[in-house]
Amino acid sequence: MNKTLFPQHGANMGQPVPRYEGRAKVTGEARYPSDVRLPRTAYAYLHISRIGRGTVQAFDLAAASAVPGVIDILTHETIGDQIKQTPAIYQGGYASDSFRPLGSAEIAYWGQPVAVVIAETYEAAREAAHRIGVTYGPHSPPAADMDSPDAVAQALVPMAIDVGDFDAAYAAAPIKIDARYSTPAQHQNPMELFATQCMWEGGRLVVHEPSQYVNSVKFGLAEQLGIDPERIRVISTYVGGAFGAKGFLTQRTALVAIAARRIGRPVKLVATREQGFTVSGYRAETRQHVQLAAEQDGRLIALKHEGWELTSRADTVAMGAVSMTTRLYACANIVGRVNAVSADRSTPGFMRAPGEMPYGFALETALDELSSKLDMDPVELRRVNDTRTEPVGGLPYTSRSLMRCFDEAAAAFGWQDRTRQPGSMRDGDWLVGWGCASAFYPTQAGNSAARVRLTADGRVHVSSAGHELGQGMYTMMAQVAAEELGVPIERVTVSLGDSDLPPAVVSGGSAATASVAPAIMAACDAIRRRLGVGNSPPAGVRAAMEASGMGVIEEFAETRAHGLPLESVRDMYRGKALPTGGVSLPDRVQFALGAQFVEVRVHALTHEIRVSRAVGAFAAGRIINPRTAHGQLIGGMIWGISSALHEHTEVDGRNASYINANLADYLLPVNADIVDIQAIMVPEEDKLVNRAGVKGVGEIGVVGVAAAVSNAVFHATGRRLRDLPIRIEHVM
Amino acid sequence: MRPFGYSRPSSVSNAILEVREFLAADPQSSLSFLAGGTTLLDLMKLDVVRPERIIDLNALRDELGYTRSDGSALRLGAFARMADVAADAEVIANYPVIAQSLSLAASAQLRNMASLGGNVLQRTRCPYFRDPSWSACNKRVPGSGCAAVQGANRAHAVLGTSDHCIATYPGDFAQALVALDASIVIAGPRGNRTIPFDSLHRRPDGNPHLETSLQPGEIIAEFIVPARSWMRRSLYLKIRDRQSYEFAVAAAAVALDLDGGMVRDARIALGGVAAVPWRAREAEDALRGQPLTEAVARTAARLAFAEARPQSHNAYKIELGQSTLVRALLQASSMELRP
Ligand SMILES: Cc1cc2nc3c(=O)[nH]c(=O)nc-3n(C[C@H](O)[C@H](O)[C@H](O)COP(=O)(O)OP(=O)(O)OC[C@H]3O[C@@H](n4cnc5c(N)ncnc54)[C@H](O)[C@@H]3O)c2cc1C
Ligand code: SF4
Repeated sequence: MNKTLFPQHGANMGQPVPRYEGRAKVTGEARYPSDVRLPRTAYAYLHISRIGRGTVQAFDLAAASAVPGVIDILTHETIGDQIKQTPAIYQGGYASDSFRPLGSAEIAYWGQPVAVVIAETYEAAREAAHRIGVTYGPHSPPAADMDSPDAVAQALVPMAIDVGDFDAAYAAAPIKIDARYSTPAQHQNPMELFATQCMWEGGRLVVHEPSQYVNSVKFGLAEQLGIDPERIRVISTYVGGAFGAKGFLTQRTALVAIAARRIGRPVKLVATREQGFTVSGYRAETRQHVQLAAEQDGRLIALKHEGWELTSRADTVAMGAVSMTTRLYACANIVGRVNAVSADRSTPGFMRAPGEMPYGFALETALDELSSKLDMDPVELRRVNDTRTEPVGGLPYTSRSLMRCFDEAAAAFGWQDRTRQPGSMRDGDWLVGWGCASAFYPTQAGNSAARVRLTADGRVHVSSAGHELGQGMYTMMAQVAAEELGVPIERVTVSLGDSDLPPAVVSGGSAATASVAPAIMAACDAIRRRLGVGNSPPAGVRAAMEASGMGVIEEFAETRAHGLPLESVRDMYRGKALPTGGVSLPDRVQFALGAQFVEVRVHALTHEIRVSRAVGAFAAGRIINPRTAHGQLIGGMIWGISSALHEHTEVDGRNASYINANLADYLLPVNADIVDIQAIMVPEEDKLVNRAGVKGVGEIGVVGVAAAVSNAVFHATGRRLRDLPIRIEHVM
Repeated sequence: MRPFGYSRPSSVSNAILEVREFLAADPQSSLSFLAGGTTLLDLMKLDVVRPERIIDLNALRDELGYTRSDGSALRLGAFARMADVAADAEVIANYPVIAQSLSLAASAQLRNMASLGGNVLQRTRCPYFRDPSWSACNKRVPGSGCAAVQGANRAHAVLGTSDHCIATYPGDFAQALVALDASIVIAGPRGNRTIPFDSLHRRPDGNPHLETSLQPGEIIAEFIVPARSWMRRSLYLKIRDRQSYEFAVAAAAVALDLDGGMVRDARIALGGVAAVPWRAREAEDALRGQPLTEAVARTAARLAFAEARPQSHNAYKIELGQSTLVRALLQASSMELRP
């Protein structure tokens, strides 16, 4: 059990230093955005739509206004055109969707804000919001999901992939798999709710909001409010989990900002857990079709992967990870297709391993189906299809340690003791099954800037508008500067999460370390150059500083990520620093890779499905801090178990509502579900990906687990399950 | 949540006095007792219940917070906390089904807060009940219809439902009480009375909003569990979608009196599958005088679900409920009892 607790330390890994902000967090000293106390705060509460599409015909605000303490009620009648349209990030803008908050009487999805109450207390605002009467105009039932007759499917042509002649190769092949898979809608549900506090000081607006990208909030909000971005400061020094949900500007921020301006006081909003289900983007449900053809020896001849993803009417969003699933294994004839299906729902978005989780589930389950048809060990199937170049564009992998991961994880798991026949590994009343799958995540990076200050007494301060989401950003920033300048880490302080700091990339796509570490390194280079110790070991920095007689050296650096054009540096100063890499580069592909092994137990009588053991091995370039990286990987694997067995946002077709939008009914694993988890960090060196040699570990831990679970359930029961989540009734 | 009046009487008799006064002043207005608050406060925040007056009974814990047993019965004060009773050595040894039904319920935090009386009166988890924006819910608004019949009903009941309501009774402890023939002592404005526990909960029939046989202002004071030959060979088996902190999709409370391999007597209650804590008498009858083999258990389980009525998403509960009962019976029959 305690192998889960302490990370091993291998080659190309930094020190497992404890968290920089650990003490502040466990003592409650850390102030999350909703903990910040502003003078004379008023409280906001949302009233959300209870129909899936239609219009608001009339409000009855009498009872709500009469609640003692109510100050103001905002509706489309009060806001209307005051908030300007800003495009969603999918159209090059800042926002997570392109709905205009309280812009009109139109309702486009269940959960849309239709009114905001501002009151002296949270309780009064909530009571008043409950007392708001809304008359909806005549409305027809919404298209709630992909099966609705009104849902509109659209092929996303630019995402199509065609290599060789799939149809001919598939038709002629000796061994084939043809199967359909589905994954449900899921919500990130970070522990910290969606909070926003806004305060106007003079003409300046200060926003306290948990964010993965303070500058998207700053610049997007400026556009919505029609004010100079330099008049807005967004502060987010701690974030209580984000997982993609806090990546971009959401509708709530402008509403709180306007409310604060109207009443001339700070306003605080903390959306409820239920409301949070439609505040931001989420993981949309998918349907997938996979066809595989192989030789008798397991070599793939043809591969087709097609996905359908639900999206809103307003925004065409698709994660389209066939771009990755078609590039993982050697194969000469490939088709990839992606479709977006529009329905009356809020705009989906990013959730940890956004495309990799669902698409990886389908591909890696299909491969298991192939291995059992071939009567071949699933690890060996991956081995015979291993490749050094991706088969779509023929580009080289910068590094690829997939089979090393499989071998290390298999050894740690004891895979050699597996008996191949389904149902053959019973333990008393429990059917035991072992399954495995590949994990993959594209290595990305974006532009970032950093400022580093060295003082004569050997103290260092590092600042950059990166974000502490719980992943270890403070620690990483301190650690990189300490290593580069040869000072003990205790002497380094860090500022982050503030739009007044040097801009950094969005903390998403597992790219934060890969983007910000190089900027810190560049600023440290500049300090060393100023001291004339350009390439000497960092230990010389301290002495040179003393000898120089200088009191302080401060250097600023910005770095441009591989694959980004020169103009992209300007975009970084406009809240548009997005990562690139993975399969988007002209000269190479970059992936972190891994192998997931899972043991499940299914009760022979009562069919509960439990994961009793999981081992993952991951190769992700340089690991700056094995302790925080290990936490990320373990956490990711738990998410994977959760996506396999638990998480499922249930949609009621009658009004396209989410009926389990609370943490009692939206199931996540509890401690008792997570028995024995081991994450192995396989040493890997990749000097190409970025200067820090970092591939990122924030998301890869999730990928492949659901397939490994499904494959293990097949091994335990002989039941092949292609729809998530897998539940009791599916194995009965 | 809406404004409400609040008081905290210091004893049962003072509480009853307050109730009397309140009901005399305005028999139409709504009154709620507060114990641990883990059901009540949630529903108030969701705007599902809107009591005008709350009488906080937590001061009664001194008087009615005990776990006591003599040779003839186990007596549990209605304000004892779930956690305390679940950890009581006497309960664990002699009434295992009670200890297990409590310790397998909710989470440690909730069990530390919640009372036994509040537990048996917890409200259904039906999502349409818990969200007042659904206009159709006969339990919340009598005569309004039932949104669950055409909606998501995977978690709903297959036994004891009616066309007016298919909600599941969500608790666990109540099944243990039903199985062990418990009774409850009720204090009220018209004096005390004792009723069999299994007459507390009412089937939904045409009036799903009438959930119990308690009269306005009545307080559950005590649970009495008689000591009988079957109570030591008893257990609670709870099947759920995750390992802990989750309501049952199917559960069985069983208590057996065995004579060698033969069943002298059996008590069975089912949870997670029924509209009320569900006593399975036909199954008990089928076991009496039989050897407890898997085949006999299966026959009993089939009888227990003979009247089951599936909804669009919960047909699996009929088979799962049977398997749960079979497993519980086999497990109970193989329990090793210390003399
Ligand atoms: C997330 C979650 C998970 C849960 N999981 C489970 C589970 O797995 N199994 C399970 O069994 N339960 C579960 N519960 C329910 C929990 O056990 C109950 O909420 C709790 O037992 C209620 O007790 P309380 O003292 O807090 O009641 P309160 O909320 O104080 O009261 C509940 C109701 O009973 C009334 N009342 C209370 N005491 C008396 C009395 N003595 N006489 C008359 N009326 C009274 C109140 O007026 C109120 O209407 C869960 C609850 C939550 C929130
Ligand atoms: S099942 Fe019962 S509680 Fe649920 S909606 Fe129907 S009437 Fe209401």
